[in-house]
Amino acid sequence: MMGQLVQHYVLLSTVIFLIGAIGFLVRRNILVQLMSIELMLNAVNLALVAFNRQHQGNMNGHMFAFFVIAVAAAEAAVGLAILLAFYRLKASVNSDDADTLKH
Amino acid sequence: MSVGSLFFSVCALVALVGAVSTVAAKNPIRSAVGLLATIVAIAALFLKLAAQFLAAIQLIVYAGAVVVLFVFVIMLLGPDATTGERPARLRLSRWGGAVLLAAITGAALFVMRKGFGPLVPLGPVRADFGSTEAVGGLVFRGGLVPFEIATALLIVAVVGAIAVARSKPQPKKPRAEGHETRRLFAGPLHPRDAERPLPKESAR
Repeated sequence: MMGQLVQHYVLLSTVIFLIGAIGFLVRRNILVQLMSIELMLNAVNLALVAFNRQHQGNMNGHMFAFFVIAVAAAEAAVGLAILLAFYRLKASVNSDDADTLKH
Repeated sequence: MSVGSLFFSVCALVALVGAVSTVAAKNPIRSAVGLLATIVAIAALFLKLAAQFLAAIQLIVYAGAVVVLFVFVIMLLGPDATTGERPARLRLSRWGGAVLLAAITGAALFVMRKGFGPLVPLGPVRADFGSTEAVGGLVFRGGLVPFEIATALLIVAVVGAIAVARSKPQPKKPRAEGHETRRLFAGPLHPRDAERPLPKESAR
Protein backbone atom coordinates (compact mmCIF):
# COMPACT_ATOMS: atom_id res chain seq x y z
CA MET A 1 0.00 0.00 0.00
CA MET A 2 1.49 3.30 -1.11
CA GLY A 3 0.88 6.14 1.34
CA GLN A 4 -2.58 7.47 1.83
CA LEU A 5 -4.72 8.24 -1.17
CA VAL A 6 -7.87 10.28 -1.23
CA GLN A 7 -9.35 7.36 -3.13
CA HIS A 8 -9.21 5.15 -0.05
CA TYR A 9 -11.31 7.60 1.89
CA VAL A 10 -13.75 8.05 -0.98
CA LEU A 11 -14.11 4.29 -1.36
CA LEU A 12 -14.76 3.88 2.36
CA SER A 13 -17.26 6.74 2.19
CA THR A 14 -19.03 5.12 -0.76
CA VAL A 15 -19.36 1.81 1.05
CA ILE A 16 -20.68 3.39 4.25
CA PHE A 17 -23.14 5.48 2.25
CA LEU A 18 -24.37 2.39 0.43
CA ILE A 19 -24.76 0.43 3.66
CA GLY A 20 -26.82 3.31 5.01
CA ALA A 21 -28.95 3.55 1.88
CA ILE A 22 -29.59 -0.19 1.78
CA GLY A 23 -30.42 -0.19 5.48
CA PHE A 24 -32.90 2.62 4.94
CA LEU A 25 -34.58 0.67 2.15
CA VAL A 26 -34.48 -2.79 3.70
CA ARG A 27 -35.32 -2.22 7.34
CA ARG A 28 -38.84 -1.48 8.50
CA ASN A 29 -37.97 -0.21 11.96
CA ILE A 30 -38.16 3.58 11.88
CA LEU A 31 -35.42 3.87 14.52
CA VAL A 32 -32.99 1.88 12.37
CA GLN A 33 -34.03 3.85 9.31
CA LEU A 34 -33.18 7.11 11.08
CA MET A 35 -29.81 5.65 12.10
CA SER A 36 -29.20 4.69 8.47
CA ILE A 37 -29.79 8.32 7.48
CA GLU A 38 -27.16 9.33 10.03
CA LEU A 39 -24.77 6.82 8.47
CA MET A 40 -25.28 8.34 5.04
CA LEU A 41 -24.70 11.87 6.32
CA ASN A 42 -21.50 10.71 8.04
CA ALA A 43 -20.25 9.12 4.84
CA VAL A 44 -20.82 12.36 2.93
CA ASN A 45 -18.93 14.27 5.62
CA LEU A 46 -16.00 11.89 5.28
CA ALA A 47 -15.87 12.43 1.51
CA LEU A 48 -16.06 16.22 1.92
CA VAL A 49 -13.21 16.28 4.43
CA ALA A 50 -11.09 13.88 2.37
CA PHE A 51 -11.40 15.98 -0.80
CA ASN A 52 -10.70 19.11 1.19
CA ARG A 53 -7.54 17.44 2.52
CA GLN A 54 -6.34 16.88 -1.03
CA HIS A 55 -7.17 20.37 -2.30
CA GLN A 56 -5.97 22.64 0.46
CA GLY A 57 -6.57 25.94 -1.31
CA ASN A 58 -9.50 26.75 0.96
CA MET A 59 -11.44 25.01 3.70
CA ASN A 60 -14.92 25.10 2.28
CA GLY A 61 -15.23 21.34 2.66
CA HIS A 62 -14.82 21.67 6.40
CA MET A 63 -17.43 24.41 6.46
CA PHE A 64 -19.84 22.26 4.50
CA ALA A 65 -19.28 19.32 6.83
CA PHE A 66 -19.92 21.64 9.79
CA PHE A 67 -23.28 22.66 8.37
CA VAL A 68 -24.13 19.08 7.50
CA ILE A 69 -23.54 18.11 11.13
CA ALA A 70 -25.80 20.94 12.31
CA VAL A 71 -28.59 19.95 9.93
CA ALA A 72 -28.18 16.27 10.87
CA ALA A 73 -28.65 17.10 14.55
CA ALA A 74 -31.84 19.03 13.78
CA GLU A 75 -33.05 16.21 11.55
CA ALA A 76 -32.46 13.59 14.24
CA ALA A 77 -34.36 15.63 16.84
CA VAL A 78 -37.37 16.23 14.59
CA GLY A 79 -37.35 12.66 13.27
CA LEU A 80 -37.36 11.15 16.73
CA ALA A 81 -40.14 13.51 17.82
CA ILE A 82 -42.23 12.41 14.85
CA LEU A 83 -41.41 8.80 15.73
CA LEU A 84 -42.73 9.34 19.27
CA ALA A 85 -45.93 10.95 17.98
CA PHE A 86 -46.36 8.06 15.54
CA TYR A 87 -45.79 5.53 18.31
CA ARG A 88 -48.43 7.23 20.41
CA LEU A 89 -50.86 7.02 17.51
CA LYS A 90 -50.23 3.44 16.37
CA ALA A 91 -48.34 1.79 19.26
CA SER A 92 -45.76 0.59 16.73
CA VAL A 93 -42.46 1.71 15.22
CA ASN A 94 -42.90 -0.26 12.01
CA SER A 95 -42.93 2.06 9.01
CA ASP A 96 -45.38 -0.26 7.23
CA ASP A 97 -47.96 0.82 9.80
CA ALA A 98 -47.74 4.43 8.67
CA ASP A 99 -50.59 3.99 6.22
CA THR A 100 -53.19 6.44 7.53
CA LEU A 101 -53.15 8.40 4.29
CA LYS A 102 -53.53 5.23 2.23
CA HIS A 103 -57.01 4.28 3.38
CA MET B 1 2.69 -1.15 6.08
CA SER B 2 3.28 2.22 7.66
CA VAL B 3 1.68 3.42 10.86
CA GLY B 4 -0.64 5.73 8.98
CA SER B 5 -1.91 2.96 6.73
CA LEU B 6 -2.42 0.71 9.73
CA PHE B 7 -4.39 3.46 11.49
CA PHE B 8 -6.53 3.99 8.42
CA SER B 9 -7.15 0.27 8.03
CA VAL B 10 -8.20 -0.19 11.65
CA CYS B 11 -10.51 2.83 11.55
CA ALA B 12 -12.04 1.76 8.25
CA LEU B 13 -12.63 -1.74 9.56
CA VAL B 14 -14.29 -0.44 12.73
CA ALA B 15 -16.43 1.94 10.69
CA LEU B 16 -17.55 -0.78 8.31
CA VAL B 17 -18.31 -3.29 11.05
CA GLY B 18 -20.24 -0.62 12.93
CA ALA B 19 -22.20 0.36 9.84
CA VAL B 20 -23.11 -3.24 9.02
CA SER B 21 -24.18 -3.95 12.59
CA THR B 22 -26.25 -0.75 12.59
CA VAL B 23 -28.20 -1.97 9.62
CA ALA B 24 -28.29 -5.69 10.40
CA ALA B 25 -28.90 -5.81 14.17
CA LYS B 26 -32.35 -6.94 15.29
CA ASN B 27 -32.22 -5.06 18.56
CA PRO B 28 -32.17 -1.26 18.02
CA ILE B 29 -29.85 -0.76 20.98
CA ARG B 30 -27.21 -2.77 19.11
CA SER B 31 -27.86 -0.61 16.09
CA ALA B 32 -27.17 2.43 18.25
CA VAL B 33 -23.90 0.93 19.49
CA GLY B 34 -22.88 0.14 15.92
CA LEU B 35 -23.67 3.72 14.91
CA LEU B 36 -21.54 4.91 17.81
CA ALA B 37 -18.60 2.77 16.63
CA THR B 38 -18.91 4.15 13.11
CA ILE B 39 -19.07 7.72 14.37
CA VAL B 40 -16.02 7.34 16.59
CA ALA B 41 -14.06 5.69 13.76
CA ILE B 42 -14.98 8.49 11.37
CA ALA B 43 -13.92 11.04 14.00
CA ALA B 44 -10.54 9.28 14.14
CA LEU B 45 -10.34 9.46 10.33
CA PHE B 46 -11.09 13.18 10.56
CA LEU B 47 -8.08 13.49 12.84
CA LYS B 48 -6.01 11.60 10.27
CA LEU B 49 -7.24 14.06 7.62
CA ALA B 50 -6.07 17.01 9.75
CA ALA B 51 -9.60 18.13 10.60
CA GLN B 52 -9.24 18.48 14.35
CA PHE B 53 -12.19 20.81 14.78
CA LEU B 54 -14.55 18.55 12.87
CA ALA B 55 -13.33 15.53 14.83
CA ALA B 56 -14.23 17.27 18.08
CA ILE B 57 -17.59 18.43 16.72
CA GLN B 58 -18.29 14.93 15.45
CA LEU B 59 -17.67 13.44 18.87
CA ILE B 60 -19.63 16.11 20.73
CA VAL B 61 -22.65 16.37 18.46
CA TYR B 62 -22.97 12.85 17.10
CA ALA B 63 -21.61 10.62 19.85
CA GLY B 64 -22.67 12.96 22.63
CA ALA B 65 -26.06 14.17 21.45
CA VAL B 66 -27.53 12.24 18.54
CA VAL B 67 -26.68 8.72 19.69
CA VAL B 68 -27.76 9.54 23.24
CA LEU B 69 -31.05 10.86 21.87
CA PHE B 70 -31.53 7.61 19.99
CA VAL B 71 -30.80 5.61 23.13
CA PHE B 72 -33.26 7.74 25.11
CA VAL B 73 -36.00 7.04 22.59
CA ILE B 74 -35.18 3.31 22.54
CA MET B 75 -35.37 3.23 26.34
CA LEU B 76 -38.64 5.16 26.25
CA LEU B 77 -40.20 2.70 23.83
CA GLY B 78 -38.94 -0.31 25.76
CA PRO B 79 -39.65 -3.70 24.19
CA ASP B 80 -41.83 -2.09 21.50
CA ALA B 81 -38.69 -0.67 19.89
CA THR B 82 -38.05 -4.04 18.24
CA THR B 83 -40.32 -4.77 15.33
CA GLY B 84 -40.95 -8.15 13.83
CA GLU B 85 -39.87 -7.86 10.22
CA ARG B 86 -41.59 -9.82 7.51
CA PRO B 87 -39.15 -12.61 6.68
CA ALA B 88 -39.95 -13.44 3.04
CA ARG B 89 -39.79 -9.90 1.74
CA LEU B 90 -36.83 -9.15 3.95
CA ARG B 91 -34.78 -12.03 2.60
CA LEU B 92 -35.38 -10.92 -0.99
CA SER B 93 -34.55 -7.29 -0.30
CA ARG B 94 -31.49 -8.34 1.70
CA TRP B 95 -30.10 -10.23 -1.28
CA GLY B 96 -30.96 -7.34 -3.56
CA GLY B 97 -29.17 -4.98 -1.23
CA ALA B 98 -26.07 -7.19 -1.11
CA VAL B 99 -25.96 -7.37 -4.91
CA LEU B 100 -26.40 -3.60 -5.18
CA LEU B 101 -23.64 -3.00 -2.63
CA ALA B 102 -21.25 -5.33 -4.46
CA ALA B 103 -22.04 -3.80 -7.86
CA ILE B 104 -21.59 -0.18 -6.84
CA THR B 105 -18.49 -0.94 -4.78
CA GLY B 106 -17.02 -2.72 -7.81
CA ALA B 107 -17.85 0.26 -10.00
CA ALA B 108 -16.23 2.60 -7.49
CA LEU B 109 -13.11 0.41 -7.38
CA PHE B 110 -12.97 0.40 -11.19
CA VAL B 111 -13.28 4.18 -11.35
CA MET B 112 -10.65 4.50 -8.65
CA ARG B 113 -8.18 2.41 -10.66
CA LYS B 114 -8.90 3.75 -14.13
CA GLY B 115 -10.65 7.05 -14.31
CA PHE B 116 -9.42 9.06 -11.37
CA GLY B 117 -6.23 10.36 -12.97
CA PRO B 118 -2.83 9.53 -11.49
CA LEU B 119 -2.84 8.24 -7.93
CA VAL B 120 -1.18 10.97 -5.92
CA PRO B 121 -0.59 10.37 -2.20
CA LEU B 122 -1.89 13.04 0.10
CA GLY B 123 0.78 15.69 0.51
CA PRO B 124 1.96 17.50 3.59
CA VAL B 125 -0.62 19.55 5.39
CA ARG B 126 -0.60 23.30 6.01
CA ALA B 127 0.17 24.36 9.56
CA ASP B 128 -3.24 25.86 10.39
CA PHE B 129 -5.31 23.51 8.23
CA GLY B 130 -8.41 22.26 10.00
CA SER B 131 -7.78 24.01 13.29
CA THR B 132 -10.65 25.49 15.29
CA GLU B 133 -9.27 28.94 14.56
CA ALA B 134 -9.23 28.43 10.80
CA VAL B 135 -12.67 26.83 10.55
CA GLY B 136 -14.18 29.38 12.94
CA GLY B 137 -12.71 32.26 10.97
CA LEU B 138 -14.01 30.82 7.73
CA VAL B 139 -17.51 30.23 9.12
CA PHE B 140 -17.80 33.71 10.60
CA ARG B 141 -16.30 35.53 7.62
CA GLY B 142 -17.37 33.58 4.57
CA GLY B 143 -20.43 31.75 5.86
CA LEU B 144 -22.05 34.11 8.30
CA VAL B 145 -25.49 34.09 6.66
CA PRO B 146 -25.66 30.26 6.40
CA PHE B 147 -24.46 30.09 9.99
CA GLU B 148 -27.30 32.32 11.17
CA ILE B 149 -29.77 30.33 9.10
CA ALA B 150 -28.44 27.16 10.72
CA THR B 151 -29.00 28.64 14.19
CA ALA B 152 -32.56 29.55 13.22
CA LEU B 153 -33.03 26.03 11.87
CA LEU B 154 -31.84 24.52 15.14
CA ILE B 155 -34.18 26.72 17.19
CA VAL B 156 -37.13 25.85 14.97
CA ALA B 157 -36.21 22.16 15.12
CA VAL B 158 -36.04 22.17 18.92
CA VAL B 159 -39.37 23.98 19.30
CA GLY B 160 -40.97 21.78 16.66
CA ALA B 161 -39.65 18.60 18.24
CA ILE B 162 -41.10 19.61 21.60
CA ALA B 163 -44.42 20.54 20.00
CA VAL B 164 -44.67 17.29 18.07
CA ALA B 165 -43.49 14.94 20.79
CA ARG B 166 -45.49 16.47 23.63
CA SER B 167 -48.43 14.36 24.72
CA LYS B 168 -51.87 15.80 24.27
CA PRO B 169 -53.41 17.33 27.42
CA GLN B 170 -55.92 14.99 29.01
CA PRO B 171 -59.57 16.10 28.81
CA LYS B 172 -60.52 17.72 32.06
CA LYS B 173 -63.33 16.40 34.22
CA PRO B 174 -66.40 18.61 34.31
CA ARG B 175 -65.81 20.94 37.16
CA ALA B 176 -68.48 21.46 39.79
CA GLU B 177 -69.38 25.10 39.61
CA GLY B 178 -71.31 27.49 41.71
CA HIS B 179 -73.36 26.83 44.77
CA GLU B 180 -75.09 23.53 45.31
CA THR B 181 -78.66 24.83 45.15
CA ARG B 182 -77.83 26.82 42.06
CA ARG B 183 -76.54 23.66 40.43
CA LEU B 184 -79.79 21.91 41.29
CA PHE B 185 -81.90 24.39 39.40
CA ALA B 186 -79.63 25.57 36.66
CA GLY B 187 -79.68 22.47 34.52
CA PRO B 188 -79.43 18.70 34.43
CA LEU B 189 -77.96 17.13 37.53
CA HIS B 190 -75.72 14.76 35.67
CA PRO B 191 -73.90 15.52 32.43
CA ARG B 192 -75.40 12.44 30.79
CA ASP B 193 -78.92 13.85 31.37
CA ALA B 194 -78.13 16.74 29.10
CA GLU B 195 -78.39 14.38 26.12
CA ARG B 196 -81.84 13.00 27.04
CA PRO B 197 -85.02 14.47 25.68
CA LEU B 198 -87.14 16.19 28.28
CA PRO B 199 -90.17 14.14 29.48
CA LYS B 200 -93.37 15.29 27.82
CA GLU B 201 -96.31 16.58 29.83
CA SER B 202 -98.81 14.14 28.27
CA ALA B 203 -96.74 11.10 29.20
CA ARG B 204 -97.34 11.63 32.85
